[in-house]
Amino acid sequence: MKEEIIIAGFGGQGVLFMGRILAYGGIMQDQEVTWMPSYGPEMRGGTCNVSVILSDNKISSPILSRFDTAIILNQQSLDKFEKQVKPGGVLIYDPNGITRHPERKDIKVCRIAAVDEAAKLGNAKAYNMIVLGAYLKVKPVVTFENVIKGLRKSLPERHHHLMEMNEKAISVGMEAVEIL
Amino acid sequence: MDINEIIKPENKVYGKSTVLKDAVMHYCPGCSHGTVHKILAEVIEEMGIQDKTIGISPVGCSVFAYNYLNIDWQQAAHGRAPALATATKRLMPDKYVFTYQGDGDLASIGTAEIMHACNRGENIVVIFINNAIYGMTGGQMAPTTLLGQVTATTPYGRDAKLDGYPLKITELIAQLEGTCYVTRQSVQNPGAVRKTKRAIRKAFENSMMDKGTSFIEVVSTCNSGWKATPVAANKWMEENMFPFYPLGDLKDR
Amino acid sequence: MAEKILMKGNEAIAYAAINCGCDGYFGYPITPQSEVMETLMLEKPWETTGMVVLQAESEISSINMVYGGACCGKKVMTSSSSPGISLMCEGLSYLAGCELPCLVVNVMRGGPGLGTIQPSQSDYFQATKGGGHGDYRTIVLAPATVQDMYDYVDLSFELAFKYRNPVMILGDGVVGQMMEKVELRPAKPRRTDEELRELCDSWATLGKPASRPGNIITSLALDADIMERHNIHLQNKYATIEANEARYETYMTKDADHLIVAFGCMSRICENVVELARQDGIKLGVLRPITLYPYPEKALDALVPQMKSIMSVELNSGQMVEDVRRIASGRAPVHFYGRQGGAVPSPEEIYEAFVKTIKK
Repeated sequence: MKEEIIIAGFGGQGVLFMGRILAYGGIMQDQEVTWMPSYGPEMRGGTCNVSVILSDNKISSPILSRFDTAIILNQQSLDKFEKQVKPGGVLIYDPNGITRHPERKDIKVCRIAAVDEAAKLGNAKAYNMIVLGAYLKVKPVVTFENVIKGLRKSLPERHHHLMEMNEKAISVGMEAVEIL
Repeated sequence: MDINEIIKPENKVYGKSTVLKDAVMHYCPGCSHGTVHKILAEVIEEMGIQDKTIGISPVGCSVFAYNYLNIDWQQAAHGRAPALATATKRLMPDKYVFTYQGDGDLASIGTAEIMHACNRGENIVVIFINNAIYGMTGGQMAPTTLLGQVTATTPYGRDAKLDGYPLKITELIAQLEGTCYVTRQSVQNPGAVRKTKRAIRKAFENSMMDKGTSFIEVVSTCNSGWKATPVAANKWMEENMFPFYPLGDLKDR
Repeated sequence: MAEKILMKGNEAIAYAAINCGCDGYFGYPITPQSEVMETLMLEKPWETTGMVVLQAESEISSINMVYGGACCGKKVMTSSSSPGISLMCEGLSYLAGCELPCLVVNVMRGGPGLGTIQPSQSDYFQATKGGGHGDYRTIVLAPATVQDMYDYVDLSFELAFKYRNPVMILGDGVVGQMMEKVELRPAKPRRTDEELRELCDSWATLGKPASRPGNIITSLALDADIMERHNIHLQNKYATIEANEARYETYMTKDADHLIVAFGCMSRICENVVELARQDGIKLGVLRPITLYPYPEKALDALVPQMKSIMSVELNSGQMVEDVRRIASGRAPVHFYGRQGGAVPSPEEIYEAFVKTIKK
């Protein structure tokens, strides 16, 4: 198994953290992982992305130009990464703020209205975990249990009271994702 | 009288500090460095800290200080002695750590290092020799060169418009919260030597009391650079340096 | 099994330093390596191992603090990125001249000048051919994974003390910023004062006991004879290092007709290029120098005769390729592919460039 993922959106959407939870989940089931962020001024509100690779074998290049899955959270990222999804791959996107929707027919396109779902939950910060839930439903390469373990590892102890909220958000994402 | 009758402990009036090596100093006759070295050696000997003292020599005439005091020495890059001293003292807090720096080293190329070491309040001793000229490179303008003073790079005298003003770095250092003791001394006569020795001893004692940085400027002569006899150099220093760099404690807490 | 933790390359440097008994870190913030000092400050090792961590006022001061700490026989280090390393080169020259052990980490970014914070390998010349003034060498290790970043810290201190010489970990923005899982190693305690005396009293400034004269650490030798003798001594030491410490890895070189030479993150990207080539029936392999100084000359030399072509792939405009050409010495055509100023090529881009060179 080898899964190459790009997660892209705005800084502040929790893109990097989502990738990190996914990577930690991979470690929990003994996979090799890399997490390679775009870094720099993007961190301060511009576009932001991270590529995550999960694999049963040693990972060579952490730099990729084609992905099995793209998780897209804004228009700029959709414009940039839609064409980089491998044929037969998956594109998951949040339609919020999207004016030009995915057009490719040779990939599986999924929609997660995570902004709306987070609003329903009354917690804007749950946004990235809802998106993560959507991914896990479509591509169960990491089990829910291992993602939760990874989450526990990633959150500092003082934030462990947020575990329940995050678990809930992941479940909501798994429920709410639509395969188009 | 036989010579052996003269050489008796009870007749001894002066002895060279055991911390001083027998090496012949390279300093010019009349230079203040030798006197300050002797004072340092005496303080180290009297405090019984030869095995606990680490000196850091600069770039300049006193780069060779390590040839004269029998202690462990580090020789710093130009101006960086306070950085070396910072690490040395923090890694070995039970040691007495001092830097020995001239005016070019401390007040020109090394201004960042001295300001920040003093501002952090490193528990070190700084000996700052200010003779208003670059000695080792052949008498060029120092940051502390007085207005009108002739040097190899101010052949018509230091001109504020062209060269800026003499830097009173010790006054700046005294403003920093990290310093506990800032004083300006000299060594041109026995009284001055005694005062400087008291200051250096106090500085070494401070460095074990977690009080911060002790900074001792010694207004000095460079008769080679100034092109003056030792006596004339002392006179020039008293008449020209002291009014601009007045002696005494700037800070003591 | 040892615990495996997900961490950034920069964090790995910090955790490894604490773990391997480092005595002091002195640094100044610069992207893309600021997480090294941030992690150390967060971990407060002065409360556990007694390690000193200090934010200096500049890179110049950082390296000179390292100089002071190294004079005391302590395991001391700093980290920075390209422009900061330029400022440290004076200090590195002194450390090498005085034969002092220390670790300097360079997480390279694009240049020249202030450049970009994106990944680069354009400090190869600076790291391997000098940087500062004078005839000196720095042992240079090039990590390709986050585990390498972690493991090379302890290795660097070992080499630094074995040869009393500065060691540099030459990483880049990719290995610094990337997260991977790291297997933690058994902790080494910091050296005790007694161990320090036993190991370093012959040269270090530990305070002069009555039994020996004061130690003097200096690189000043005004007398030409003394200076030359010191330089010959250094060159002999470097020859020993060259004979004993060259490290490298190969990937699919056994049957290879073509070779890519690449270090650091580029060597990993080039492993994917090998996959692409082999899908097309082209037998390509990769030689990854782990030590850039000493360069794995013998390993490359032995591979040259079987190769129809060699390509050096670097994140710069062609630096290591000069060493590759020197060693290939006309026996095989040597090509170069590089991206500069922070651009990192994908395996496909490199493969395309490779195919062009062999079709010529």
